[in-house]
Amino acid sequence: MHIAVCIKQVPDTTEVRINPETNTLVREGVKSIVNPFDAYAIEEGVRIRERLGEGKVTVVTMGPPQADSALREAIAVGADEAVLLCGRAFAGADTWATSLTLALAMRKLRPDVVLAGKQAIDGDTAQVGPGISCHLDWPQACYVSKIRDIRKGEAIVECLMETGKEVLAVELPAVLTVVKEINEPRLPSFKGKLRARKAVIAVWDDQAIGADPEKIGLKGSPTAVNRIFSPPRRGGGEMIAAASAGDAAKLLVAKIKELRIA
Amino acid sequence: MSDNALLVNPEKCVGCQVCLKACPFGALEMAGKLAVVNANCAFCGACPPACKFGAITLVKAEKEAGVNLTDYQGVWVFGEQIDGVVQGVVHELIGKGRELADKLGVPLSVLVLGHGMDGQCRDLLAYPVDQVIQVDDPELEHYASEPYARVVSDLIARRKPEIFLAGATAIGRGFLARVAVAVHTGLTADCTGLDITEDRLLLQTRPAFGGNIMASILCARRRPQMSTVRHKVMPAAAKDGGRGGGIEKLGADGKLLASRTKRLGWLPELSETVNLVEADIIVSGGRGLGRPESFRMLEKLAKLLGGAVGSSRAAVDSGWMPYSHQVGQTGKTVQPKLYIACGISGAVQHLVGMQSSDRIIAINKDKDAPIFGVATYGVAGDVFEVVPAMIRELGGEP
Repeated sequence: MHIAVCIKQVPDTTEVRINPETNTLVREGVKSIVNPFDAYAIEEGVRIRERLGEGKVTVVTMGPPQADSALREAIAVGADEAVLLCGRAFAGADTWATSLTLALAMRKLRPDVVLAGKQAIDGDTAQVGPGISCHLDWPQACYVSKIRDIRKGEAIVECLMETGKEVLAVELPAVLTVVKEINEPRLPSFKGKLRARKAVIAVWDDQAIGADPEKIGLKGSPTAVNRIFSPPRRGGGEMIAAASAGDAAKLLVAKIKELRIA
Repeated sequence: MSDNALLVNPEKCVGCQVCLKACPFGALEMAGKLAVVNANCAFCGACPPACKFGAITLVKAEKEAGVNLTDYQGVWVFGEQIDGVVQGVVHELIGKGRELADKLGVPLSVLVLGHGMDGQCRDLLAYPVDQVIQVDDPELEHYASEPYARVVSDLIARRKPEIFLAGATAIGRGFLARVAVAVHTGLTADCTGLDITEDRLLLQTRPAFGGNIMASILCARRRPQMSTVRHKVMPAAAKDGGRGGGIEKLGADGKLLASRTKRLGWLPELSETVNLVEADIIVSGGRGLGRPESFRMLEKLAKLLGGAVGSSRAAVDSGWMPYSHQVGQTGKTVQPKLYIACGISGAVQHLVGMQSSDRIIAINKDKDAPIFGVATYGVAGDVFEVVPAMIRELGGEP
């Protein structure tokens, strides 16, 4: 079974700020990491291969040349091959254009199943996974918390919804996006790290995947960012000064009772 | 669904196989001495120039004309239902949708997909909506991404609303991205603000980068302008007697209903906790609790107050609480009347999930913790002393 895993290199979002003067993102000194949700997708891909005892895992990312390191991290934890979709034509893509780009790469790779994290922690849209499957005219299953069974042509999965889990039989090829609950990603082994360092990573540009330049990157993106700004802060209130924890608790409970909701 | 075609002229093709190498998709094969196109063809245009004999022609479907923006009118809200019940987020979307429709001077419609939803649709007419469009078919009773996406895409293509709003729920996020791809328009996820610009465009504001940054997004050239909005971010519309509008009941074309996913079963969440998002009071714990057992005292406090227990990402990542309790950017957005944060420092990704609560009480050892920046009442103290004292104060046994 050929398993493709779509990943994204993201800034460690806890560290991103806006420069109030230039109103641009300050990304200097901010660490780049593999999108945490994608780490679960990589792990699941490797586990499927191990469970079936055959197959290969290809990781794919669209990004700048530096995204190479994210692909190597995936190889270090068990992926077999990697493709970097890289080129100026891809730049500035929104979710529509990104999902088309990845879909074209999938058409070329022809995997049996595509895995991805449910969303990336920088954009938080959760739109690229379903977008890929629609561009390919494939079925999808989102928020997958367990793959009960997978073989060529079909997967049985559990999908996390707000009030429970839906059990789905999905015809393959399909795109499955996964949530944190699905597994616990392994750490890279020494051998894996060595393999990652030596790995040859394929680099494909827009021509390699036969993309229409009008439909990818900034040009192919229906949405555009109008403005970015720092979020308005809610003002802090009153600090309760109390001689003891007991006094503080008394004051808090009195405040809660005032609200008349308890 | 394109009408592109790649044609090989058998009179000119000499069988040299140069085109096979030029094709990035493995879409050309040899049938004897003739190159033939298989289903992999992406109509990318790589092979025609590669052929030295001019044997290959790419016929591109006529480029779709730029969307005529004035053809699109009206605001639509997706009336998400689960088990035949219209979800709370829909009333919030109606509130915002009404405001946008009034600014534009256009009608507001609610689109409901399901089966046997007549009563629920009539109920929607009591809200400030102009019309309910009901698509009824047994195949639409439960959500399935493909039929839902096809039915909605088909209606959008024929009816041309200018704005389409849906809840940023597992269902809304799951199928709307398909709709956006299919009708070739933009979709903005998890909007916290929606407004109309002077140019009559939908200004969509949303947090990004873990809530550190807000971005406003426009979809200027394509229609409809589509957004998802999280539950509990916008105030719900109240019933106001409605607008005297009617229900348009439609069937669904059978060919739109094919699905390659099959629902085998449903596993309801077993946990006994009150639904976090609906709770009026939430007692939440973070890293400061130190170990999973400490959540028991939060459960006691929550029970005494009639509330639910929440958790920060740190506590979920440490395995102390299940993910379903996580509040924040990658968890749930909550807006209770009272949020009590215990041992939570207040990372931005947590704050974006709870800072629109009516009142916030924060208890944390570190008096400089960012959580105090949003707290209505703050106590710089030890949660292991303050929380048990609160339980006693409320007449409980810590």
